[in-house]
Amino acid sequence: MLIILAVVVAVVVIVAAAFATGMLSGGSSEESVTITGAGATFPMPLILKWADEYYNETDGKVEINYGGGGSGAGITQIKDKHVDFAGTDAPLSASESETYGLVHIPETLGAVVVAYNEPSIQSLRLDGPTLAKIFMKNITAWDDPAIAAQNPGVTLPTSQITTVVRSDSSGTTYVFSGYLAVVSDDFDTLYGQGKSVNWPSAIGASGNPGVTQTVKTTSHSIGYIELAYAMQNDVPFAQLKNHDGVFVSPTLETTSAAAEAAGGSLPSGDGDWSHVSILDAPGANSYPIASFTYILIYNELYNDESKMNKTAAEALLDFLWWAVHPDAQAYADDLYYAPLPSSVISGNEATLNSITYKGEPLR
Amino acid sequence: MRMRKLGLRFGMERADRLFELSVTAVAGLTLALVWLLVAKMILDAQQSISEFGFGFVTGGAWDPNRDVYGALPFIFGTLLTSAIAILVGVPVSIGIAIYLSELAPPWIREPLSFVVELLAAVPSVIYGLWAMYALRPVMVDTIEPIFVALFGWTPLFEGEPVGLDKFVAGIILAIMIIPTVASVSKEAMRAVPDSQREAALSLGATRSETTRMAVLSYARSGIFGATILGLGRAVGETMAVTMTIGNANLISWSLLDPGQTMASLIANNWGEAQGLQLSALIEVGIVLFIVALIVNVLARLVIGRFTKAIPATGGGL
Repeated sequence: MLIILAVVVAVVVIVAAAFATGMLSGGSSEESVTITGAGATFPMPLILKWADEYYNETDGKVEINYGGGGSGAGITQIKDKHVDFAGTDAPLSASESETYGLVHIPETLGAVVVAYNEPSIQSLRLDGPTLAKIFMKNITAWDDPAIAAQNPGVTLPTSQITTVVRSDSSGTTYVFSGYLAVVSDDFDTLYGQGKSVNWPSAIGASGNPGVTQTVKTTSHSIGYIELAYAMQNDVPFAQLKNHDGVFVSPTLETTSAAAEAAGGSLPSGDGDWSHVSILDAPGANSYPIASFTYILIYNELYNDESKMNKTAAEALLDFLWWAVHPDAQAYADDLYYAPLPSSVISGNEATLNSITYKGEPLR
Repeated sequence: MRMRKLGLRFGMERADRLFELSVTAVAGLTLALVWLLVAKMILDAQQSISEFGFGFVTGGAWDPNRDVYGALPFIFGTLLTSAIAILVGVPVSIGIAIYLSELAPPWIREPLSFVVELLAAVPSVIYGLWAMYALRPVMVDTIEPIFVALFGWTPLFEGEPVGLDKFVAGIILAIMIIPTVASVSKEAMRAVPDSQREAALSLGATRSETTRMAVLSYARSGIFGATILGLGRAVGETMAVTMTIGNANLISWSLLDPGQTMASLIANNWGEAQGLQLSALIEVGIVLFIVALIVNVLARLVIGRFTKAIPATGGGL
């Protein structure tokens, strides 16, 4: 027994020692800079790809770590100054960006796709109000007159519609419910836009992969997923009627078109982004459920808590400058993100040029 | 009593004293941990408790957009799926236990017992994945349509089978508690003295009569104990349920409708919850704790009554 106790004590001591030495040796290395970020999982594959490429581009001098964890977690962590930048799908409120001095840098675009599993329907067309009624359970069967009206010549089955939604809190739900709230007053009053919504009797699945999988394996179902997942998993999706009354398929081009249409009216980086929306954007070629995803950084990079040094501050700005320009934006294509239109890029340039370090502009 | 014992042991070796001290400390730690857990949860749920009061337990909405939270659908889902698990799982477990304890020849009993115990150690995410990819198609295509055909007239099997519902979640829970319930029940039956069996046999009882009269009645409280263990696992199970129950905020008696349990609600929403929602999720944790406590106490009361009502041949475990 004594031997066991002795072993336990020894293990505790060793673990404690390991922690202590770890803390002492961590940090300080002169050559390279490590920048950390956390937040939205939606742009994560792209940010990780950028991190990889940028590491090579700078000969290993700048290492970018992005931890994911969700938009909410990212915002909390940057407010607490635990990370250098945060990713979020939903913009901050005006008072939040003002209070904390955080600026918005839209770094890429995403689209939310309405995927369905009804083998007898080759191609499905829906308008916004009908889509909202389906998810509000006001329309419960595939052969509802409202669906039939938009799909002339298509024989619709009589089966009940199973709606599939996200069971976890997510930026995808934020964008999708935002669209439904724009096109349907009923949806806006009853449910509203949010990262999780109190959906009426829908099947909930976790993450984009979960919803994709559930739609694919559940007959008569309809759900919403990120464009990338629809493309990669070969699941049928609906054409949606846009603001100009044209039915458009979700593609990278139609997503970029939506941003281009809204691009001219964007606020400056340190302005109020809370009302920025490219949902139901005008333009014949605009896909209606498109959205920016943002990187948040401080407009003054030095603060007492993080004590970021000047090299790191410069590296962060250089990385972001590189990321929002065409060389880096080109990586978006393969991962099914839509590249930023030029009007958004020039807005980002102005934002990055306004960032200061101890009061001095860095660029 | 304790003082006297310590006094008597005044002269014992230092090693012994050290041993007793450390073991007592570890045991005390368990108790402290439970209290710290409860205290911390109550503290963190304060915002939600003062906002909703008792209405939290009777409220049906879980709406982060409006910041309105109620736990009733999830209490309902937890109790219903656990009930299915017990109704389906326990009879099967007792069957397995009777076979292993009474009928199986030793060369089957040993490896089979080992396999049953091994199943208890399979992580729940594995059960969940298996349920999604292997069990769900069978349920949707075969089992659920049969139940709809037979019992479609009852409210329990209304609607179309989708395969992500309380029925599938209940069945996977039943499968998950079987190893635990079966192996603990088997131990209870093995503990029945052979003299009991011999007595029954010598009175001319058949094998099944012997099992029923001598073994089952003697081991009854042990089997109930096993059932409570299974119930505990079913009430708190998270991963496999989240993957199969459909995660809908819905109170519906139809087992073919999706639902949500308290554990799966917490798992689904924990990641990005903030403010009042976070506080409400922690309060769900407290409710889960209380429900588990009530279910346990009720089960023990039932056992107490049941084992007393029939003066059995012995106390069992």
